[in-house]
Amino acid sequence: MAKLALRVNGGNREIESADPDVPLLYVLRNHLGLTGTHFGCGLAQCGACTVLVGGRAVRSCVTPARSVAGQDVVTIEGLGSPDRPDPLQAAFIAEQAAQCGYCTAGMVMTARALLARTRRPSEQQVRQALAGNLCRCGSHARVIRAVLRAASAPPGGR
Amino acid sequence: MAALSISRRSFLAAGGVLVVGLGLDGVGRASAQTVAGADRFLGKSLAPDAVDSFLAVHADGSVTLFVGKVDIGTGGRIAMRQIVGEELDVPLERIAMIEGDTALTPNQGATAGSYGIARGGTQLRQAAATARQALLAQAAQRLGRPAGDLQIVDGVVRAKDGTGAVTYGELIGDRAFNLKVDGGAPLKAPQSFRFIGKSLPRPDLPAKVTGRHRYLHDLTLPSMLHARVIRPPAHGATLVSVDESSVAAIGSARVVRIQNFLAVVAEREWDAVRAARALQCKWTAGTGLPDSTKEFDSMRASRVVRDQEIAKRGDLSALSAPAPGMRALAASYRWPIQTHGSIGPSCGVADVRADRATVWSSSQNTHGFQTTCARLLGLERDRVRVIYLDGAGSYGPNGADDAAAEAALLSKTLGKPVRVQWTRQEEHGLDPKGPAQLLELRAAVDADGEVAAWETQAWLPIATANLPNIPLLSLDAAGIPQTPGRSTGLIYQNVDPPYTMPNVNAVVHWIPDAPLRTSAIRAPGKVANTFAVESFVDEIAALARVDPVEFRLRRLTNPRGLEVLRRLTARMGWQPRPSPRPVDPKAAVLTGRGIAYIHYKHEETLVAMGMEVAVERATGRIRVTRVVCAQDCGLMINPDCVQSQLEGNIIQTLSRTLHEEIVYDRNGVTTVDWASYPILTFPEVPALEFELIQRLDQPPLGVGEAASTPVPAALGNAVFDATGVRLRTVPFRADRVKAALARS
Repeated sequence: MAKLALRVNGGNREIESADPDVPLLYVLRNHLGLTGTHFGCGLAQCGACTVLVGGRAVRSCVTPARSVAGQDVVTIEGLGSPDRPDPLQAAFIAEQAAQCGYCTAGMVMTARALLARTRRPSEQQVRQALAGNLCRCGSHARVIRAVLRAASAPPGGR
Repeated sequence: MAALSISRRSFLAAGGVLVVGLGLDGVGRASAQTVAGADRFLGKSLAPDAVDSFLAVHADGSVTLFVGKVDIGTGGRIAMRQIVGEELDVPLERIAMIEGDTALTPNQGATAGSYGIARGGTQLRQAAATARQALLAQAAQRLGRPAGDLQIVDGVVRAKDGTGAVTYGELIGDRAFNLKVDGGAPLKAPQSFRFIGKSLPRPDLPAKVTGRHRYLHDLTLPSMLHARVIRPPAHGATLVSVDESSVAAIGSARVVRIQNFLAVVAEREWDAVRAARALQCKWTAGTGLPDSTKEFDSMRASRVVRDQEIAKRGDLSALSAPAPGMRALAASYRWPIQTHGSIGPSCGVADVRADRATVWSSSQNTHGFQTTCARLLGLERDRVRVIYLDGAGSYGPNGADDAAAEAALLSKTLGKPVRVQWTRQEEHGLDPKGPAQLLELRAAVDADGEVAAWETQAWLPIATANLPNIPLLSLDAAGIPQTPGRSTGLIYQNVDPPYTMPNVNAVVHWIPDAPLRTSAIRAPGKVANTFAVESFVDEIAALARVDPVEFRLRRLTNPRGLEVLRRLTARMGWQPRPSPRPVDPKAAVLTGRGIAYIHYKHEETLVAMGMEVAVERATGRIRVTRVVCAQDCGLMINPDCVQSQLEGNIIQTLSRTLHEEIVYDRNGVTTVDWASYPILTFPEVPALEFELIQRLDQPPLGVGEAASTPVPAALGNAVFDATGVRLRTVPFRADRVKAALARS
């Protein structure tokens, strides 16, 4: 059994895995019960499993959990809650920017990373940042509006 | 967004928390439900004509809805509440909703055909109106006042003069209505609408956006095993041998084999993944699929099971013997095999006991699947409970039923709950596909530009009558009998033009085979059929040198159809002229505009769609810059949810038209991921504009499909307008467009 020490959503978590190469996605979902991060392809092609590692958006389905030891991992659950959504999530709700919602967490995390490095992105930058996040229901236009809405909100505002 | 905010409490009731209760003291009482305490309703009426089947009013004045139609991301969860809140006069935050649970919800048929609100919601509305009528009568008796002296406000029946009041809870509180749905119960008049027609926010979004929404994929049960199914490497291959020792090193992993059905299970999901990768087994050679490059030739040359006349009127002689001055036009349109492409591969969870079973599925047809599952498990139908939980969006039957059946089979074998998770490769490779379609059109056009005769011939794979379910992979593999056949949806509709043309022949040649397993895919058949019909109309208009809008307006009598076309062209700022526009031979980017029109199934929603495109001559790449959609779907319960569906229709169908084609070789599908089967991405999404016509006095029509259908023709017509090149084969990939431009 390999022991892994992770820092997830601000807390220290220890898990044991028979396979030292277990991907972060499976640790989050199955060991830690953080099911907001979704399995979409296992190939880093769709973005449904996107989380933040050290502030960067990464595909947890192809990221070995051990490779992120010592770094801050943030999942969708680490932002806000249904009662207290963070400003980006509140913008998604205001724009009703999801249909089935399966891909949504990955988009929120990708957008979060974008807004951290580019406070006021252009629409073009939002589209480019989300180019690797696939949506099949067709919520794209609303997602773009939601990210731009969050970007235009006053800093620290809700 | 409108003002109503759904409270935390009702959000929880709406699906925020997945309550897993395992009190195993009754039939099927082992449920994960999206509404806490849902199992207290077990034993309630499920009769399709009983008020109690659809709703219950509780002592505290809250209401629970039981809805056979499921919300696959479409907004049903708010729209159904709006409908019932309106008719009952109950605030929406007091309404909980249970969906697609065979033990609790009436069988309203599959969530398909754009009938969720149009039929399912209408049934619910009439049930609520019946309940209101009964409650008003009871209140009249209780208060000793004629019903005409009473009014209902927020679930309280009051005397208008303020002399008495009684709550719904006091009147009926958790007791059955014992009433049949009264088709004559009066409906709320539009001028009194409080909820219907408002763009209220969906109750499931806060949880979806914050990662708290529990999907089927997130369901865990005590002692549940994770499974992966091992697929044959070639179509039709059978299992020769399995080396179980190849997974011995992986903790809890074990192998399950039932004839040619092979799976690995493990306590940890990742162990199941590793075991699936490590397992060594031998398969026979496959039986071989036909040559995919000859697919359309094979369809054209196929034996025909029977011909179905869709439309036949007038004198068709001009087709074979055009009069002097007439011009003949013929064209062939091809639509490829496509996948549903759900972002989350299918999943199923089952807990099968000796005498009963519970299956959790994202099936769009839980009641239909209940029958299949009972047969598969050898149980009576009422011993099997199928509970809908949200999966990744589905647009027709994807792999959900397969995954659930596989979970049931494994749970029965192992005596423990089992979760089956498909891989991306399985979803792309094995989900039942939208079939290929071949349409050949001919017309004779006289000197005045009139259509002297029109003919559509379509070659389509025949569906099997009364098929209980799409044939499932695991049953064949495990040697369990099932009804063979094919399901496709009503793919023959809209092969004939929606215009007044005196001489029309439209026939479907039903062919016996399709190379890959099929099922209904969003707006089944009608996307390709409308592509052919509305492109060909455009060809005729171009031949006649008539503006394509003008050409259609002249041949349209339906006033609602005329209105969507006029609203569209006004919004677009459409300048009448024939297509194509004069092409500048030196321009690197060519721009144009196109339209298409549909009267869905010739009797439902009406859509006019316009597009503006830019085509790069050097690369053949098409950039869609603007889409305008005008729609009349009758009464819109929630206009924002309607628009959301239209956005989905447009973006998904643009993706299907520009990019998507399933390719296979002798062994199976080769486009098994998002690299080999790309879909539309964020940078490609055009500006979308809508003209939605609200008709408060009309019944609601479907919105989940209709606006898909004009997309390919509107796009192809715009490309023709820009370039003079007619695209008749989907997808409009850049290499194909570039080659067509080079030939022009």
